[in-house]
Amino acid sequence: MPTEVILPKVDMDMATGQISRWFAAEGAHVKKGDVLFEIETDKAAMEIDAPASGTLRNVTGKERVDIPVGAPVAWIYADDEVYGAKQDEAPISPLVGEMSAKPTKGRAVPPTSQREAPSGLPAISPTRGEISQSPTGERATPLARRLAREAGLKIADIQGSGPRGRVVRADVEAAVAAKDSAIPAQPTAEIASPAQAEVTQAPALPKAMSDDQVLKLFEQGSYELVPHDNMRKTIARRLVEAKSTIPHFYLTLDCELDALLALRTQLNAAAPMKKTDKGEAPVYKLSVNDMVIKAMAMALKAVPDANASWTETAMVKHRHADVGVAVSIPGGLITPIIRHADEKTLSTISNEMKDLASRARSRKLKPEEYQGGTTAVSNLGMFGIKDFAAVINPPHATILAVGAGEERAVVKNGEIKIATVMSVTLSTDHRAVDGALGAELLGAFKRMIENPMGMLV
Amino acid sequence: MDAVVRELSYAQAIQEAMAIAMDMDERVFLMGEDIGVYGGAFQVTGDLVERYGADRVIDTPISELGGAGVAVGAAVTGMRPIFEFQFSDFATLGMEQIVNQAAKMRFMLGGEVSVPVVMRFPAGSGTGAAAQHSQSLEAWLGHVPGLKVIQPATPHDAKGMLLAAVADPDPVMIFEHKLLYKMKGPVPEGHYTVPIGKADIRRQGCDLTIVATSIMVHKALDAAAALESEGIDIEVIDLRTIRPLDRQTVIDSVKKTSRLLCVYEAVKTLGIGAEVSALVAESEAFDYLDAPIVRLGGAETPIPYNPDLEKATVPQVPDIIAAARDLVKGVR
Repeated sequence: MPTEVILPKVDMDMATGQISRWFAAEGAHVKKGDVLFEIETDKAAMEIDAPASGTLRNVTGKERVDIPVGAPVAWIYADDEVYGAKQDEAPISPLVGEMSAKPTKGRAVPPTSQREAPSGLPAISPTRGEISQSPTGERATPLARRLAREAGLKIADIQGSGPRGRVVRADVEAAVAAKDSAIPAQPTAEIASPAQAEVTQAPALPKAMSDDQVLKLFEQGSYELVPHDNMRKTIARRLVEAKSTIPHFYLTLDCELDALLALRTQLNAAAPMKKTDKGEAPVYKLSVNDMVIKAMAMALKAVPDANASWTETAMVKHRHADVGVAVSIPGGLITPIIRHADEKTLSTISNEMKDLASRARSRKLKPEEYQGGTTAVSNLGMFGIKDFAAVINPPHATILAVGAGEERAVVKNGEIKIATVMSVTLSTDHRAVDGALGAELLGAFKRMIENPMGMLV
Repeated sequence: MDAVVRELSYAQAIQEAMAIAMDMDERVFLMGEDIGVYGGAFQVTGDLVERYGADRVIDTPISELGGAGVAVGAAVTGMRPIFEFQFSDFATLGMEQIVNQAAKMRFMLGGEVSVPVVMRFPAGSGTGAAAQHSQSLEAWLGHVPGLKVIQPATPHDAKGMLLAAVADPDPVMIFEHKLLYKMKGPVPEGHYTVPIGKADIRRQGCDLTIVATSIMVHKALDAAAALESEGIDIEVIDLRTIRPLDRQTVIDSVKKTSRLLCVYEAVKTLGIGAEVSALVAESEAFDYLDAPIVRLGGAETPIPYNPDLEKATVPQVPDIIAAARDLVKGVR
């Protein structure tokens, strides 16, 4: 029996994935454990190993196409197996890829590791939750399916009100409305005619312009259409979600950097050397950003009420300060996390950050390296940006937007002095952190930056 | 100058259309059983024999196959015959001429011959005429390429489509529901045509599309009016032609309403409703369906003689109301 190669589930709530690259071609001989292909999930790329040794055949999983989790993408024929048997008849046996656990009879399998049942094979225990990712398992009208697809919703997540639980248009529209309810209605001033105004006063969904409406505004041939990859789609979806559901407010402070810059010079000069391939190199080289990360983590420790996440039922108060750091990568950005940054030394943070950033750029981060976190830092100082406000990345309650350090005239005791000043803006989820608490957090951060020796103890 | 519009019955509208066709073109003549002195079984030809003479309003012997054969032959030789079957049920007797000859000749003779014959079929139940005189066989003929098959539902369309049929170079089969003959409606004077192959939206609505034919158009409109008070807004499409089908009108409507109910008097199985359902399911309208497609058609039985049973055999207004309500309220 040839071995089925499936698209494995490598990320929570992953329903589809794209193969970004095959490392073996049709007819190639592969060894068990060889890298077979690379999956692109929402934010990371992950290499998938061959589940068996043999000849790769019937490679149906195309690159850069959304493929349902669990769908077969190729077959591996052992050396003594003859290729040519009809594929849809032969391999019904649920051989599994490396990434997924084998379903055991009579035992519930956690949904994250459960392999999707291939068509024709009954799902293990067909409760609503478990069959939810099957493309055909849910009752829904064609219209409901289309609307859900367009809205980026899964039919399985929508409660059907039709006969036998069938999901109909109204159910999808209600789900979309619930998702969008935090988006305020368009100001009526923008609406052309009173008749249209009446229409929008009804509980209509605030909808962005359709693709066609956008394209109509430009002359044909005057643009190029670049299809979105998964990262772009995820960024778009998550930012719309964040900006429309989180009540943001913003606090800005100026921090003087002179003491911090002096300490940084001193620490870097004192870094011991080590031998590397390219000769001698210091064991660490601290950046201002590394110190910002540390300062933010220590500020959260000093103001623990601000180290929180909002959920509908309870406030999540974190015991550790895990700081996400926005890293710009080709085609988007990703926010790897320095865990327990409050407890780590500056050199540890610095080296960890270098490693995470470099792996982020080659899209080799594991999901657990960028999911979660209790706050985030976004630094555009290297571009000379003076001040900006960042969008909170849930489940965080705060994000710190860091501007450039620059020499500014500062008034001190009635005298004008020159100081290196950096403006920072804290975006805050008002549900979790109120104004005074946010101000306290930002104050603690400023104290840490301006008295940087505190970061060493 | 707008034509004067009067109220005429469906039968009067057909009679007027035939008179106009004969006035305009001397090749046009009528044939059928008892259409002369007797005026036709349903008095559609009426006194035309007095006005146009027995040469142009010809009583035929009781042989549908013979009559149909003469009509097809006359059409091939350049005449424009309008042949009336006394009951559409007797189409069975004329099938050879209709299906094997009239429908095929243009194709088999390389397009050198056309068969501009018009055949009229009084059809449908409701007159107590029992199983052999009450059928709706339009789908039989609708299955045959080479024929055009129409079912006008109003006096206006009966006249305009008949005149379009006379002008058409191909055989056109007109199914006239017997219960419509006495129905009155506005009909313009003079010559006009209603195109074959074009459906008509009789009522605009946004909750449900009812595609109906012939008398069922009126029943669907009654049902739609009754459901208006429940806030159900129904679009009613009068298909008018079943070959060639006006697919686009149906598809566009279903894309608007997301629900489809087909209502027709002919036996439900393998009928026009199956065709309309399938064309929607195959089209881009599929992705707009928010409920199963539903058909209401005749029962799988010969039409009974008993008046109550006869009525129960074909869809009635309460049946349409119930089906439409269930569809829109999401019960089905």
